[in-house]
Amino acid sequence: MKYDLVIIGGGPAGLSAANAAWEDGCRSICIVERDRELGGILNQCIHNGFGLHYFKEELTGPEYAGRFIEKLKGTGVDVRLDAMVLDITADKQVHIVSTAGGYEVLEAKAVVLAMGCRERTRGAIAIPGTRPAGIFTAGAAQRYLNIEGYMVGRRVVILGSGDIGLIMARRMTLEGAKVLACVEVMPYSGGLTRNIVQCLNDFDIPLYLSHTITDIQGKDRVERVVVSEVGPDRRPIPGTEMTFDCDTVLLSVGLIPENELSRSAGVEMDARTNGPKVFENMETSIPGVFACGNVLHVHDLVDFVTAEAARAGKAAAACCAGGRKAPERVIEVKNGNLVGYTVPQRIRADTDFKAVDVFFRVRAICGASRIVVTDSTGTQIAAFKRERMAPGEMENIKLPRVLLEKAQGDLTVSVEED
Amino acid sequence: MKNVICITCPKGCHLTVDEDNGYAVAGNSCPRGAEYGKNELQHPVRVITSTVRITGAAGPRLPVKTDRPLPKEKMFQCMELLNGITAQAPVHVGQVLAANILDTDVNIVASKSM
Repeated sequence: MKYDLVIIGGGPAGLSAANAAWEDGCRSICIVERDRELGGILNQCIHNGFGLHYFKEELTGPEYAGRFIEKLKGTGVDVRLDAMVLDITADKQVHIVSTAGGYEVLEAKAVVLAMGCRERTRGAIAIPGTRPAGIFTAGAAQRYLNIEGYMVGRRVVILGSGDIGLIMARRMTLEGAKVLACVEVMPYSGGLTRNIVQCLNDFDIPLYLSHTITDIQGKDRVERVVVSEVGPDRRPIPGTEMTFDCDTVLLSVGLIPENELSRSAGVEMDARTNGPKVFENMETSIPGVFACGNVLHVHDLVDFVTAEAARAGKAAAACCAGGRKAPERVIEVKNGNLVGYTVPQRIRADTDFKAVDVFFRVRAICGASRIVVTDSTGTQIAAFKRERMAPGEMENIKLPRVLLEKAQGDLTVSVEED
Repeated sequence: MKNVICITCPKGCHLTVDEDNGYAVAGNSCPRGAEYGKNELQHPVRVITSTVRITGAAGPRLPVKTDRPLPKEKMFQCMELLNGITAQAPVHVGQVLAANILDTDVNIVASKSM
């Protein structure tokens, strides 16, 4: 089977990429999705707060996904559900397997990687203790509760204060569970401030910053956990132990872009994001292979995923239409002081764009500061003011083409606190 | 003067509300922040999102929400009311499943077509 464009993943990134590529005239598109429906993780994110940037209104996850699924129905985009991609080759053959179609190879002119991310587990953070039932990643518990209709526990301790953990604290409480504590190893929360307020404070759930779980006890089911304070080196401080009698532990300890397929295709990866390195049009190191959404870098807001994936979809459509020339000048974007990573990592200076949106995260909480972009000669080419920045909130700057044309060599993005 | 954090959008503005001065709000970046600050001290409200049972659909649960914010103190009464609802497929997104709940003008609506 031949397609111009094959999109791996039918979540928010895949849906937006498909719609954008269709709008730009690509008429041979296939989305491959492993779940039984489109929408990805949005289907289980039944809380509201999605779409404020993109739709200028507050939607739930299923509503946000539903709008893109409805739009897709008006196009001729093929959708393969319940289909697993086994391998993508460097020459863009996509090997898939499904109950309906068996084993198939889809040949594509362009591929968009939109596989999303998965949760870090207990094994990834090595919590000591026994191995009873009752330990879930927050997202797994969310799926059980919101899609399958199972309550996963009654007395809950949540490790990690990322947004999914906070949202699940509220959700479990509303459904009748007692959430005893939310425990965060860092001295600040990894989630949005609004979620601390509406998910923890509204229900008087204590948040223990600079604390972690140091023991899980229980034979068949979790019976209790031990929580200890940690020092600045993030090591537990002896003598600070607290015990919580609980039957459930939810883990919200980070997300990992799911890039097994990208790696097997031979895409060059960025150790800072755990995602592919991309150019300003979301193209990876393999021409014609693009990446967007949480497979590229973990986002806080789906609205930004939609916008990023639309750029990937448009670029993939242009790639399928052909007629591109090789770039003459590539600018590397490097991270300077306090900057953890940037996306894109590379900019083709001579391609057609008005401005490049550069996304990044700071490595520590910053007060009033300036984001400074310098070139290889140390000349400042742009600066942006911010009142406050936090690692939990992705930052975004726009670099107009006119400024990039003036830059010598590569760019460095750094943060200077006032 | 009371300090509250606005939950209207992901920005999370730190507001100060002056109860002695007509609930004047400072620190907000938009008009919705001013409204949130005023409401939060006088009669706080929240949107409830949850699920109800559904029969005849691909899955057993239908996601729902209140179509406008509900008085905060009625959140758990609302959850109890949702326990009593069973929807029958097909349901369209936005469809009203329960109208004017708990003596308010708030409706429970489906947030997904199933």
